[in-house]
Amino acid sequence: MTELLTQGLGEVTRWELPDLQYRYLLPLFVLFGMAVVSVLVEAFVPRAARRTVQLFLVFGTLIAAFILVAGLSGIRSLAGGGSIAVDGPALFLQGTILVLAIMAALLIAERDADPAGDAFAARANALPGSEDEREFTRRGWLTTEVWPLFLFSVTGMLIFVSGTDLLILFVGLEVMSLPLYLMAGIARRRRLLSQEAAMKYFLLGAFSSGFFIYGAAMLYGFAGTVDLGGISDAITNQAGPNGLLLAGVVLLSVGLLFKVAAVPFHQWAPDVYQGSPTPITSFMASCVKVAAFGALLRIMYVALGGLRWDWVPAFWIIAILTMLVGTVLALTQTDIKRMLAYSSIAHAGFLLIAVIATSEAGLAAAMFYLLAYGVSTIGAFGVVTLVRDSTGEATHLSSWAGLGKRSPWVAGTFAVFLLSFAGIPLTGGFIGKFAVFEAGYASGAGWLIVVAVILSATAAFFYGRVIVIMFFTDPQEDGPTVVVPSAFTAIAIASGLAMTVVLGVFPQPFLDLAEKASIFVR
Amino acid sequence: MNLTNSLTSFLGSATIEASNVDPTVNLPVAASGVFSFMWLLLALPVLGSALLLLLGKRADKWGPIFAVLMVCGAFVVGLFLYFAMLAESANDRPVNLHMWDWILVGNFEAPIGMQLDQLSMVFVLLITGVGGLIHIYSLGYMKDDPDKRKFFGYLNLFIAAMLLLVTADSYLLLYVGWEGVGLASYLLVGFWQYKPAAAVAAKKAFVMNRVGDVGLSIAIMLMFVTFGSVTFTGVFDAAPGASESTMTWIGFALLLAACGKSAQLPLQAWLLDAMEGPTPVSALIHAATMVTAGVYLIVRSGPIFDAAPAARDAVMVVGAATLIFGAIIGAAKDGIKDVLAGSTMSQVGYMILAAGLGPVGYVFAIFHLLTHGMFKANLFLGAGSIMHSMHDQLNMRRFGALRKVMFFTFLTFSSGWLAIMGVPPFSAFYSKDKIIEASFSVNFWGGLAALVGAGITSFYMTRLWTMTFTGKARWTEDNQHPHESPKVMLFPMAVLGLASLAAGFLLAGAIETWLAPVTGFEEGHLPISSLAMESISLTFVLVGGAIAYLQYRRGVPITPPQHVSALTVAARDELYGDAFNEAVFMRPGQWLTRSLVFVDSKAIDGIVNGTSAAVGGLSGRLRRIQTGFARSYALSMLAGAVLLIVALILVRM
Repeated sequence: MTELLTQGLGEVTRWELPDLQYRYLLPLFVLFGMAVVSVLVEAFVPRAARRTVQLFLVFGTLIAAFILVAGLSGIRSLAGGGSIAVDGPALFLQGTILVLAIMAALLIAERDADPAGDAFAARANALPGSEDEREFTRRGWLTTEVWPLFLFSVTGMLIFVSGTDLLILFVGLEVMSLPLYLMAGIARRRRLLSQEAAMKYFLLGAFSSGFFIYGAAMLYGFAGTVDLGGISDAITNQAGPNGLLLAGVVLLSVGLLFKVAAVPFHQWAPDVYQGSPTPITSFMASCVKVAAFGALLRIMYVALGGLRWDWVPAFWIIAILTMLVGTVLALTQTDIKRMLAYSSIAHAGFLLIAVIATSEAGLAAAMFYLLAYGVSTIGAFGVVTLVRDSTGEATHLSSWAGLGKRSPWVAGTFAVFLLSFAGIPLTGGFIGKFAVFEAGYASGAGWLIVVAVILSATAAFFYGRVIVIMFFTDPQEDGPTVVVPSAFTAIAIASGLAMTVVLGVFPQPFLDLAEKASIFVR
Repeated sequence: MNLTNSLTSFLGSATIEASNVDPTVNLPVAASGVFSFMWLLLALPVLGSALLLLLGKRADKWGPIFAVLMVCGAFVVGLFLYFAMLAESANDRPVNLHMWDWILVGNFEAPIGMQLDQLSMVFVLLITGVGGLIHIYSLGYMKDDPDKRKFFGYLNLFIAAMLLLVTADSYLLLYVGWEGVGLASYLLVGFWQYKPAAAVAAKKAFVMNRVGDVGLSIAIMLMFVTFGSVTFTGVFDAAPGASESTMTWIGFALLLAACGKSAQLPLQAWLLDAMEGPTPVSALIHAATMVTAGVYLIVRSGPIFDAAPAARDAVMVVGAATLIFGAIIGAAKDGIKDVLAGSTMSQVGYMILAAGLGPVGYVFAIFHLLTHGMFKANLFLGAGSIMHSMHDQLNMRRFGALRKVMFFTFLTFSSGWLAIMGVPPFSAFYSKDKIIEASFSVNFWGGLAALVGAGITSFYMTRLWTMTFTGKARWTEDNQHPHESPKVMLFPMAVLGLASLAAGFLLAGAIETWLAPVTGFEEGHLPISSLAMESISLTFVLVGGAIAYLQYRRGVPITPPQHVSALTVAARDELYGDAFNEAVFMRPGQWLTRSLVFVDSKAIDGIVNGTSAAVGGLSGRLRRIQTGFARSYALSMLAGAVLLIVALILVRM
């Protein structure tokens, strides 16, 4: 057929099928395929068996994908016709995302914490407060469509950290984000808040995607290609008009900075983190952050590294603003989820230092930081799901008063996560901050590091405040209780705790791994 | 020939030969033989505390005994190490046990290891020895406490952290131990949480210690930036080459840390409140060991202070001021533990003063630290014995004539009393007099403070002793039947009583030889003869004691008199330490947080409050917020994009 065509058209340039190198793309295919299967499970498996089937499918898929990613370690190559990178950063971050996704999935799978069932609405399409909703709740239906959405989103993240051209990156971004908008809106309790969060997240996410794709178009206009390496070459050769280049860089950055929740593109984060079902919040706060920083690092290092002196000053401003606003606003939050949201904004600021460093050390530091931050974040949100009163999770800070006296283990675990966020030695957070600051300092951003150190000391104050509230104040009369979860949440929190401590006490193997993985292929 | 030297030469013990030894050539060698087991020092108490705290009620029965065994085991290990170290020649004594590399980022290395040299060694013996005795004592003291197991778990945790602090081979690891003892202290001060005063005291100690810890962390950061290393060897090797201003900053930061942990001015206020903890805790942590960590830190950091004369002078000033300050407080308080707490502050002030003298004073700082560790622990245990038999009565105005009913306690306490006053030949006579002499040889005012302090010390201790043991009984019969304490408590008191008597005599002279290779040692030069100096200070001691005895021997009224001098009023109020804290730290802090909240609620974050109000479930309001804010968020993103563009264009121009 092809031959016939070419003969018929004469000697036209022969279009060659790109060599996709399926072996390198296998993790993506497995995830994507199983996400589709998961949709079919929703459609065809009887309601009673759905949850079990989905759980086996999801955990099996994630673990298999992790093994496949691990099997690729050491490879440095381009696959999928040059649009997917299989290199150290991609594999390290994919591995990180999969580990974090497994932990988040454990939280999503929990259904013993809330007597009414899992964290998701019985039927997402029932109007809040309507007759239907009561009916569905009475029947005890459980939502399992969160699972295919979850798998699609993870697939998008894996693409997002490995894409090497702007269009593939955009596809990754959307595949990651669209399911998240839905997942944010299906909380079982406080449904209006959840739906509001989903709506806001969707509107603003769409807005930021617009920035991203517009920026990609500008850069295409400048370089004549969407390939990151090609853009880099074009910058070196001064191939196109500067206006297009600068506009492209800014618009693209806005799209990415939105996803990492950097100031002033952060305002969605507290609302969305607070409104979303807490297991989903943990997924967003950890995995999305990893994926977005993966893409940001790749674009800034590979495509725009040559333009470093132009964008670094702007990124200084963004980084300082992000650290400052995240820290200052976290100080006065009264809701634990909002406080963690602002804390995650502050962390984005610290991570931006690694982007600014534009060095191998910076990349390695960022990857380690993301891992350490991710495990603590999921653990912390896991603890949030356990502290409950009659209306669901008791997220107001005042109801955490005296938690350390009633449940010293849970409060102690939460304190470890907070100490890690604060960057106290012997936790993963400390090593991460240390490595990032070191890399930033080595790249000549001395004053930025001074600001960062001061702000991280200030940040330690609001983490300390929560510890003080938990351990030094008297419990309320009718305070919340700490529920005993099933093994799912227990494993997620315990592994978060274990990894936080291991990364703090024996960080060297992980630092070595990140260091070895710190070169982008182009 | 002064009195001390004549005594030591009579004993035939070593004369000082190691003056002006350069500590930097004295690098630790890798641990081998017995030394490769020094991790056991840490492992035993860690094991004890882990089992007691993790096993919960299952360990109730055997827990306390197990904890005692763990500490005594650590003491035995310490003894083995000590004898092994004795067998080495003076310059081969420091050993280093490398454990693992914690961080290797860029050119920064942070190895984790233990370092045992002559300085750490004396601390190890003090901590495990006195610690072991106090563990034994606590078996009796805490016998009826329902949470006995937890108490012993915390005590073991403290021992482990304190040992880590003194055997760390880098500032970073020292910091871990530093925080560990702070944690243990917090847990133990607040051990009787149901007493509001205990909970408040624990909180206060916690907060004030954080202020000091900021100093230590700043010092560590500065070292890292300046030297690229935080190990002792790395820092001390590079210290002479660094600029004086940097070293001064590091020195001041270390001093701040020492002030927090050792209750020195201006961070002294927590120590008196910390007396809310069980008395064995006061003896171990707030007298013998933890509060001396600041002295250890400064002596250990000798090479840094060598290069920072201004910081060294500041150390001296802080020490001199605190020793007077604490002594005055001690002279006015009526609670027996409060007097001892003021005294601790003052005695640690002596050590800090000595540490601020440089190589002239280092060994005497440690010498006094050791003798103080013994006699002050002895005094606290004696106070505990009295409290134990009098239903936790603390007020000395309700004591009197206890000599008759608690003769054994009277004996051990008296040996501590004679020791702290510095009556020859008891222990502080050797250690404190050396500090007074060394101070005079460096700075007249420092020496004068130390001399006057000795007089006040003698006054408040005699006052305490007289009010407690002599005169008429002022205890009422209703619920106080003083009686002698059980044997398990008397045994540690006896051992420490003997140590208070003999430690100074046994260690004098030998301690200089032992420590000089690590800390360096220079003989100070006094303008007058040592014998004259000793006579003067002895006169101060006797006069102070005599005044107190004459004033208090006829007893005191049960309610404190109100018409007293302004100084007494101030001293009863701890010389307004709390008022100072309130004005300087608390009010500005509250003001700062309040104004932050104000800015937050009125300006930046009206959104937050709006949203959380909506959580209540007012859907109409929620919708209004929703449409409004998504738009404003988008606007802010747009503004951000414009900001970025402007920034990029500005850079291009």
